[in-house]
Amino acid sequence: MTLAKTKVAIIGTGNIGADLLVKVRRSSFLECSLFAGRSLDSAGMRFAADLGVRVTDQSIKAIVGDPGCCDIVFDATSASIHQEHAPILKGLGKFAIDLTPSKIGSMCIPVINREACLIESNVNLVTCGGQATVPIAFAISQVHPDVEYIEVVSSISSRSAGPGTRANIDEFTQTTKDALLFFTGVPHAKTIIILNPAEPPILMRNTIYSIIPKPDLDALRLAVKRMEKRIQEYVPGYKVIMDPVFENGRVTIMVQVTGLGDYLPPYSGNLDIITCAAVHVAEAFAKKKQKGGHE
Amino acid sequence: MNKLRFFDATLRDGSHANAHQITTDCISRYCQAVDDAGLYTVIVGHGNGLGASSLQVGLSLHTEAEMLAAAKPNLKKTRLGVYLIPGFGTIHDHIAPAIAQGIQLVKVGCHCTEADVTKQHIEYASTHGVEAYGVLMMSHMAEPERLLAEAKKMQSYGALGVILMDSAGALLPKQVSERVKRIVAECGMAVGFHAHNNMGLAVANTLAAIDSGALIVDATLRGLGAGAGNCQVEVLCGVLQKMNIDTGLDFYRLLDVCDSIVTPCLQKKPTEITSLSLVGGLSGVFSAFTEHIKKAAIRFDVDPRDIFVELGKRKVVGGQEDMIVDVAMNLAQRTRKDDVSFLMESLL
Repeated sequence: MTLAKTKVAIIGTGNIGADLLVKVRRSSFLECSLFAGRSLDSAGMRFAADLGVRVTDQSIKAIVGDPGCCDIVFDATSASIHQEHAPILKGLGKFAIDLTPSKIGSMCIPVINREACLIESNVNLVTCGGQATVPIAFAISQVHPDVEYIEVVSSISSRSAGPGTRANIDEFTQTTKDALLFFTGVPHAKTIIILNPAEPPILMRNTIYSIIPKPDLDALRLAVKRMEKRIQEYVPGYKVIMDPVFENGRVTIMVQVTGLGDYLPPYSGNLDIITCAAVHVAEAFAKKKQKGGHE
Repeated sequence: MNKLRFFDATLRDGSHANAHQITTDCISRYCQAVDDAGLYTVIVGHGNGLGASSLQVGLSLHTEAEMLAAAKPNLKKTRLGVYLIPGFGTIHDHIAPAIAQGIQLVKVGCHCTEADVTKQHIEYASTHGVEAYGVLMMSHMAEPERLLAEAKKMQSYGALGVILMDSAGALLPKQVSERVKRIVAECGMAVGFHAHNNMGLAVANTLAAIDSGALIVDATLRGLGAGAGNCQVEVLCGVLQKMNIDTGLDFYRLLDVCDSIVTPCLQKKPTEITSLSLVGGLSGVFSAFTEHIKKAAIRFDVDPRDIFVELGKRKVVGGQEDMIVDVAMNLAQRTRKDDVSFLMESLL
């Protein structure tokens, strides 16, 4: 290793924070210098401590008290808590990657706008549903700029949705819809989120419906396939399980996300889709910084 | 015995029976006619509640704002209510605008094991001057103990009561009693029941709920509703009168509304237990899936009963209508594969 790894802190020790930690530790460009939460007893905190990672129950205060500990901060708390964190992190000059649906920073879907996000101080990763479906919606809108309506349905297993996700279901639904509108320019969009408690847990599944005056299914199939490949570069378990079909007056596409099984078992693709995106953005930031491109 | 409260879902669950095409004219006339019949609330909107108009579950003819505006001036004695399932609608896009339009009651529903997703919405409604109730859907999929725990969560968020929905029409009277009794005994808040008639048990199950201490009856005139329909309010009212239980309802008024408005205006076809709804009830699949399953069966040329049974095995929950196409396609492929192997075998 010729270059030092870029230091990152993770705030939030739930399912997302813990999964993020595993992925950061695997990265050749990042190293986790602090894992911060509010209780040393949480499952995620014990998991991190067992890995020998520096942990704290002082949450963001630990970063305020030791600003040199990191360059990048992942916030995996909740939308309302990130509202308090955002100005603090900005004041400290940290690159904040927000995994809550707070929508404070610019919305970031790496496959669409990664480079533009690297000059921001705070980027928002929308939601897991957004990371899984907005790229497909974007591909549809590229082929058919006249698409009239896009609707996405994300079903995730109950077990993979921790207390934070549940407490933020309203922001989750709203933010995913806002991202669909923002990235595709479609005039109307809708998002539906379903938690399914079935045992064994279901894999994360997303259905993207669209209303297109004269759908060119061949062109759509190619565009969706290309998008799938690009996402697989950073989310290996991303898979289109139903190519565009025209039924019932709508074009339907289905995507399934299998996780790497890092913190929770592979059914939790909804964790991977957003934690992989977060690490991907952080690595891009780290590479740019090492080249001296930032600050 | 405390007075029963009747939550009228005719315009809401009945919306399923009309493929969500109920006109604002019907809504106005219905509300005007039923206003002094003694109902506690009339719930208005898409069959799956606010924000549910979608390709996934069906598009509404009118916007929510239009539907609520048609109902509001015609309800003086009865509360105007709405239903919302978190994940479909949001506070910003749906609940806040509905409150601004004068709704007085909101039912917040979720799959029966996921009550924590209703926290934001129940809290918002109850702190903005609106009566909030929790709804546990598909309550056949959880045991009494679990339902009690989920009901307690809703109570802690500020719900005034909890309504158990037998969304698939899959419960037997004994199971209804066990579930209602458990919550009544330990929760100290009003418990309600919303039946579906897939196995012909909607009235009987509602009676079992009342007998077990339920105070809220969530039902529809003529039993209008998804699949085989709901508990028929006017029938239940007659039965309760015969049992000398005070309903506070105007029995003849309900019959008149049925004859003058529900039948001519809202009942496109008789509400009946079709072969398919019976299979649906026995499979424990959400009643509102029926119409989508029929379409998919034709599109992919498979037996709709097989789709129901397969969906039941996969334990799909309300809102997962996208699984129908997936299952139908898989069944179609399986059949084709079977055809090929049959052909191969016959050649040997």
